[in-house]
Amino acid sequence: MFYRTAGQFKTTYRDDQALFPIRQDAVLVAVILILAWAVFPFIATEFAFQTLLIPILIYSLAALGLNVLTGYAGQLSLGTAAFMGVGAYACYKMLTIMPWLDPIVAILLSGFFSAGVGVMFGIPSLRIKGFYLAIATLAAQFFLVWLFEKWAWLYNYNASGAIQAPNITSVFSGGTYVSGPLATSFTQYYMVLGITTLLTILTINLTRGTLGRTWKATRDMDFAAELIGINLMRSKLSAFAVSSYIVGVAGALFVFMWRGAAEPNLFDIPLSFTILFIAIIGGLGSILGNYLGAILIVGLPVVLNTVPAALGLPLESAFVEHLNLMIVGGLIIFFLIVEPHGLARLWGLARQKLIVWPFPY
Amino acid sequence: MKDTDGSYITEDGRKIGGVVMEMKNITLKFGGVNAISDISFDIREGEIRAIIGPNGAGKSSMLNVISGFYIPQEGEVWFHGKPRPQMKPYEVARQGIARTFQNIALFEGMSVLDNVMTGRLTHMKSGLFAQAIWKGRAEKEEIANREIVEKVIDFLEIQAIRKTPVAGLPYGLKKRVELARALAAEPRLLLLDEPMAGMNVEEKEDMCRFILDVNDEFGTTIALIEHDMGVVMDLSDRVVVMDYGKKIGDGTPEEVRANQEVIDAYLGVQH
Repeated sequence: MFYRTAGQFKTTYRDDQALFPIRQDAVLVAVILILAWAVFPFIATEFAFQTLLIPILIYSLAALGLNVLTGYAGQLSLGTAAFMGVGAYACYKMLTIMPWLDPIVAILLSGFFSAGVGVMFGIPSLRIKGFYLAIATLAAQFFLVWLFEKWAWLYNYNASGAIQAPNITSVFSGGTYVSGPLATSFTQYYMVLGITTLLTILTINLTRGTLGRTWKATRDMDFAAELIGINLMRSKLSAFAVSSYIVGVAGALFVFMWRGAAEPNLFDIPLSFTILFIAIIGGLGSILGNYLGAILIVGLPVVLNTVPAALGLPLESAFVEHLNLMIVGGLIIFFLIVEPHGLARLWGLARQKLIVWPFPY
Repeated sequence: MKDTDGSYITEDGRKIGGVVMEMKNITLKFGGVNAISDISFDIREGEIRAIIGPNGAGKSSMLNVISGFYIPQEGEVWFHGKPRPQMKPYEVARQGIARTFQNIALFEGMSVLDNVMTGRLTHMKSGLFAQAIWKGRAEKEEIANREIVEKVIDFLEIQAIRKTPVAGLPYGLKKRVELARALAAEPRLLLLDEPMAGMNVEEKEDMCRFILDVNDEFGTTIALIEHDMGVVMDLSDRVVVMDYGKKIGDGTPEEVRANQEVIDAYLGVQH
């Protein structure tokens, strides 16, 4: 009834291939964008910015990067956190060497470093597939974290071995601080939101076009893809490059717009797994899924922490943490068995029902 | 009737041109097994060329040699009058050779339309950044190629399922979508590996009609492997017969039908 698509005829291929060919979808996306750009930042508390809004966006972006590689191109990767680290350290070094560089530009450039490293570690994918490739990317994970610890040049030889986001202004925020202790969450939120929106649009375009079909063909049946004229090497390595670029930018945002500081072990396996879980629960091979997955994974512990307390049911923080792990673990098993395509598919089914509602079919 | 280069007009008025592809003394071994031994034959422009033979005769291997998936130990593949250098399968496809597969090899996670659009990939040129921006070059290219794809979809009568995911389609339709994907590439040579395997009579009739129409309307050269003798004898202009990796017959359907070696291979020999 509310989602009736009857009467929406397309008369040109341009209309048929529009981003949101169905009017209700376009309206829904517009509402979400208005909420994100004009409502949330004005009603959010500092707590909401720091525990929900900013991390959800950054985790979504990282999961989006992983999804390009794993969901669209079918190459399993366990090295996401390490590639985030490459982005963060590259951004840190660029701002050290070129202090005049605008931090937003530096963040967008830092993705190219992780893209380069990603392509390098993607080369094994030309010979090996599936779990074996996952192990090869795990090597990237261990090697890069080790490098972040041992290569003192990366953290400017400081005693703590950690990198700190400096106080730095940007023209994109109208000259106010965007990173470091002096930056406000409000500004940082807008910076993260801007970059996330931009990269999401670019990724949607890539995945629905020629390159997206190349990736999906590689994922679904690689030998057939090669026999119809797809250069598998270019297909796989371009997926590694695009994926690592997005992941690298997410890593730079992670440190400069949210955490403020980072030690090498922040980029260790648990972070890789968190992002993989977001992609799986959200839905592999979907753009929307990354956001849904991130909202669930980031939001769940916050809900578990605040809701029982608000209901006068004080839970110990250790208990909440364990409960969170149990629920997330259960959800992953649930989704792998019941709905391997994740939350995005659930939304797809709900949408299908809404289109025909109130009739069963 | 025949020209100097061997081109001629068939009884039903189609023009068969010069040699497009020539296999010269191809030998393919897997370890100690000779899958193909010393086979030569040619494919002429505009003709429907069948490769037949009992199971395990090496027909699919031959098709894989043509499409560059297997590299023969001996022999040369000549394409358009030149020996083809060793190349990867995707480079062969870019030369204008499209194919379908014995066991359907569609991209199951994509819609019918997207599957057929993958057939156009070799014709699409816009780069990564143009595609990311979409507006402008990438969009124009997408629409131009969509028009060609829609013609193929109309031609094969699969309009109704264009937005359906491939995974749930019945077998006969999948075969048709696979043919659509190959046709979308506008190939100069179309290889069909058992296009009618596992189909009922109506589906076979449809497929025969499509193959003949493709050959007739686009003038596409077709090489096909098929087990249904009725189909082979009706469709093809010339037939190669293989048995145990050797060529035992080559000629028009009538010639092949009368060939004693072919009869022996199919019906057995009295001892």
